Amino acid sequence: MHMADALLSPAVGATFWAGSLGAVTCGTRKLKESMDERMIPLMGVLGAFIFAVQMINFTIPGTGSSGHLSGGMILAIILGPYAAFIVMASVLTVQAFFFADGGLLALGCNIWNLGIYPCFLAYSLIYRPIVRGGNSPMRIAAAAIISAVIGLQLGAFSVVVQTLLSGRSELPFGAFLLMMQPVHLVIGLVEGFVTAGVINFIKTARPEILDSVLSAQPLSSGISTRKVATGLLVVAAITGGALSWFASANPDGLEWSIEKVFGRPELPAREHGITPALKSIQEKTAFLPGYKFRGHDGADKNTVGSSWPELDPEASVSGVFGSALVLAAVLLIGLVIRRLRRKSS
Amino acid sequence: MFDREYFNLGYLDILSYRDTVIHRLDPRTKLVAVLAFIVTVVSFPKYEITGLLPFSIFPVMLSSLGDIPVRFIAKKVLLVSAFAFFVGIFNPLLDHRPLHVIGGLTISGGWVSFFSIMLKFVLTATSALLLIATTSFPGICHALQKLGMPQIFVSQLIFLYRYIFVLAEEAMKIVRARDMRSFGNRGHGMKVFISLLGTLFLRTVERAERIYQAMLSRGFTGRLRTIRPYGFTSMDLVFLSATITLLYLFRTHDVVGALGRISLRGLG
Repeated sequence: MHMADALLSPAVGATFWAGSLGAVTCGTRKLKESMDERMIPLMGVLGAFIFAVQMINFTIPGTGSSGHLSGGMILAIILGPYAAFIVMASVLTVQAFFFADGGLLALGCNIWNLGIYPCFLAYSLIYRPIVRGGNSPMRIAAAAIISAVIGLQLGAFSVVVQTLLSGRSELPFGAFLLMMQPVHLVIGLVEGFVTAGVINFIKTARPEILDSVLSAQPLSSGISTRKVATGLLVVAAITGGALSWFASANPDGLEWSIEKVFGRPELPAREHGITPALKSIQEKTAFLPGYKFRGHDGADKNTVGSSWPELDPEASVSGVFGSALVLAAVLLIGLVIRRLRRKSS
Repeated sequence: MFDREYFNLGYLDILSYRDTVIHRLDPRTKLVAVLAFIVTVVSFPKYEITGLLPFSIFPVMLSSLGDIPVRFIAKKVLLVSAFAFFVGIFNPLLDHRPLHVIGGLTISGGWVSFFSIMLKFVLTATSALLLIATTSFPGICHALQKLGMPQIFVSQLIFLYRYIFVLAEEAMKIVRARDMRSFGNRGHGMKVFISLLGTLFLRTVERAERIYQAMLSRGFTGRLRTIRPYGFTSMDLVFLSATITLLYLFRTHDVVGALGRISLRGLG
């Protein structure tokens, strides 16, 4: 499930952007050390393969509904964690740009949820240790199913946490979790089953593909899996800690990010009152003498404690009126530009 | 049906080769402007609707100046709205505190925050699609590289994009062949699906090998180059500064409220 921009607060979005950007940089650096040039077209074409895979739908047994595949586990098994992560990140980037699936700010979250968990955690900690003991088809199947399920469960959990920290949705943590996890358990099982099938298919048809890729993996040769995993856990803990700190300091993380951007906390908080600029214009022109601007009196109350804006029917009416005006103006501008363009061309 | 619409990449790609004021801007300018736009829109608090409305001027300007058909973009946005809608629709069910009174009608906070989510969704999704429709994906990749993205990741994006079209055709071929040989629901199960994927995968790997050999014979050294020159012109400066100014203005001033009040006073 792709996280959406609209459900995010800037602080959460930016934090996961930073995390994913760090992972991409680290991944490309690792690849550069170990990769031969042959990998460049292979990775690119396999990314396109993931898209193609998503175009072929299939019937999920027992349900009759059709499913699509996310493909992270297949990539990790074939390419190894670093290359697979880069491919996943590129697939998600294209999805964010071309399909608006997710969104540009949510891209960081999506790379984190659908890239890091399956490629690094699920693959390194579950799939590899199981398969290392021997790679009979049954063993591969078991490893693929378990790791795909766990990877997706982590991803779904992370969507819940990101939504919760952003504070745009009213959904309580428990209820949201109860909706997301079982759905993704089913998706994960299907994904795991298909992954296992495809890997076994490749193993019988062209075993050298799996062997050559596996032997070229930095994870199996030099660096220990445990080290990578601990590193990731530490990063996750720091990110989580930092996020919860933002979250506790500010319910929606908004003021924090605005403070960072504008340098002072209450400047752009326009729901607290009219800004000085407009106010001075108003005073000078005296167009609306003595008019009480929305929320001006409530500003003090609001900044003290409750973030709940007070009820003000007059403000609501003028809000509706102003909205209609603004939308009409925007529409008009668009139409005029279009008309002018058509005339000129 | 869903698939055909969702994967309708080709048309976006065609749109991106038009030649308008917006298309001629440097990709970096547009990328930075759209990112700033999205962050500003998303930074509004939960119960904000009026503050978001002025921001609709950006997608409208981009699409009309860039000559992008509105219906096409709207359809694409609708297709991906499921998740935001699914999560947002719980707000009206869970949050009943009254927030606005309009003509005797009380509107609960849940509905307000739901509409706020959907409004943000439409604004951010359309602007992302418009960015691609006016810039072309290779242009975006170029901008990403100039802005410091790792080289390997950027070339990965370019390769991926180039072969999406090729592999999509191949996948459609496979789907068509399967559909012609299957009656009712037969052949749509996982077993067939797995062997289709396996076959497609092997073909893909073989294609990658051929591509690599073709690249080698044309002197590939591990770097991807671009011929199309991009430059930061005065037009970019105007566009960027206008965008930033407007974003700042809309974020810090209650444009809708002020307009509404002035017009109401004018009427009354």
